[in-house]
Amino acid sequence: MGKTSGGRAILPAQSLQTLIDVVHSQGYRLIGPTLEDNAIVYDDLENVENLPLGISDRQSPGNYRLEDDPSAGYFAHVVGPHSWKRFLFPAAQKLWSATRVDQGFSIQTPEDETKLAFIGVRACEIKALQMQDRVFSQGPFTDNGYGEKRQNCLIIAVNCSRAADTCFCSSMDAGPRVTEGFDLALTELQQGRHDFLIETGSANGEALLKELVTRKAEDQDFAEADAQLAATEASIQRRMPSNIPEVLERHLQDEHWQTIESRCLNCSNCTLVCPTCFCSTVEDTTDLTGQHAERWRYWDSCFNTDFSYIHGGSIRQSGAARYRQWITHKLSYWHKQFGTSGCTGCGRCITWCPVGIDITEEAATFCEIDKRS
Amino acid sequence: MSSRKPTSKPKLAVWKFSSCDGCQLSLLDCEDELLTVADSVEIAYFLEATRAQVKGPYDISLVEGSISTPEEEKRILKVRKQSRLLITIGACATSGGIQALRNFKNVDDFIDIVYAHPQFIDTLSETRPVSDYVSVDFELHGCPINKYQLLELLNATLNRRKPNIPNHSQCVECKRAGTVCVMVSQGKACLGPVVQAGCGNLCPSHDRGCYGCFGPKETPNTISLADWFSDRQSMPKRDLKHLFRGFTAGSDAFRKESERHE
Repeated sequence: MGKTSGGRAILPAQSLQTLIDVVHSQGYRLIGPTLEDNAIVYDDLENVENLPLGISDRQSPGNYRLEDDPSAGYFAHVVGPHSWKRFLFPAAQKLWSATRVDQGFSIQTPEDETKLAFIGVRACEIKALQMQDRVFSQGPFTDNGYGEKRQNCLIIAVNCSRAADTCFCSSMDAGPRVTEGFDLALTELQQGRHDFLIETGSANGEALLKELVTRKAEDQDFAEADAQLAATEASIQRRMPSNIPEVLERHLQDEHWQTIESRCLNCSNCTLVCPTCFCSTVEDTTDLTGQHAERWRYWDSCFNTDFSYIHGGSIRQSGAARYRQWITHKLSYWHKQFGTSGCTGCGRCITWCPVGIDITEEAATFCEIDKRS
Repeated sequence: MSSRKPTSKPKLAVWKFSSCDGCQLSLLDCEDELLTVADSVEIAYFLEATRAQVKGPYDISLVEGSISTPEEEKRILKVRKQSRLLITIGACATSGGIQALRNFKNVDDFIDIVYAHPQFIDTLSETRPVSDYVSVDFELHGCPINKYQLLELLNATLNRRKPNIPNHSQCVECKRAGTVCVMVSQGKACLGPVVQAGCGNLCPSHDRGCYGCFGPKETPNTISLADWFSDRQSMPKRDLKHLFRGFTAGSDAFRKESERHE
């Protein structure tokens, strides 16, 4: 999947079901945004009615609310509590099981050949997928399960028609415009009409587009799409300072870490909603007879004390040490480890922190501290 | 102990102190696995299940209930003496249980109100977790305990491995399950961020905040959570106090936090 590969067309919103049908007919499990439990989450989509038409979200630190908005399209919401990582890097995954046989034991590995298709993937989320690719598929040790699923994954992206109060993708060079890493990119156009501008980003996307009944995209369609994206970008209030990687490293012993500790619940929510956090723990289980054993992998978090447990105890006992580990890895050391920041500016950690700790606000505070020192 | 009969199966005993029996029932509730459990251990003492009693010592003792009376104070010492491993199960045994609410008042005042003949009541001034009296090898939290955690604990013990029973927050369980945070999305009071995981995110997945049945998690920051409820959700002091005075009110962390809102 590369940059826009040239194919462009207009699909009337009333024909969106045909896109869903084509994806299904190609044997994909289609996952996309849908309304569940007072939030827009990612789940299986059967038909166009599963999409959250006419629903918008309001987000602020520690706060997420949905509201009915008759003018809202299918993708008027911004990112919610789920991220796509739960489908490629599942929260609980059986790695293998073993059964005792006459001599030794036999090992069974679960196989899953489901092809995944994601619809409604935002620019920041594509960036997050690419970051996880680097972690799971492009290092010295590769996760084959992730790699295969990701390689076969169809990405139908969406350009954001608005930003949440918690968004800061523009300062992370991660949005709001989708520029690469997609098969199809949709822009929902609603000025006196309801259409989707479709752009293709891969041969797969080209083939998919040919299956749809569309009309030619005109200059005015691109102009409307560009204006919408420009307005989205202009509405983004939060930003991450560009010198934050160095700033944090210069103030590892500052007393402000203790101020954060007094607020931080070390509950792990920020890491689990983060679309790039990749840490896991492995647990071995046995049954009562000792004849059957299983190895499972679960999402873990640097906010859990067990995460840094070595002989003699946990290295990071204090909440300050655990928050510092998270933010310095995400914003500073990630550059050294993977060549980019670990943050896409999606704002999930701000919204879903139960006590509203704001990564951009903490970053700004450290920049202030840096200026004073 | 020369009287011990040679047997390959570990001897399991289940003891009851001040409690509702719900945690013992979790063992009987292991319907599908119960026969395997019965196959893997010799159930030597379990009055809830059988009248048959085998004398100690016992390899594994599961202890339910808090220590509330002078009689229980003595009996727990005997149980400890007879047990190679002593595992406490449930909120009563690990934190004093719902009956620990009396610890916040003078117990004699309650006795006078509740009983027609208070002179027959012989009770301690406080109800305390078992670990306040004897050393405990493992504490399994919950009100009631989660039967899968109990099975995991037995599996691990019998197979001589570390049990996979985390001390992290309830939020981890919600996030792994994909349950939407009721606190952030609906402004509901939820103790999840300071409570230990283990229930299977029962309340949040049914659209309610966590009540804290599994007690405090590792390093719980109750002050920050309570301040958020008070400052952002205008929760009155009385409600805050009650929030932390549930089934695990006797735990140090929740007792102290509730006392901040007296």
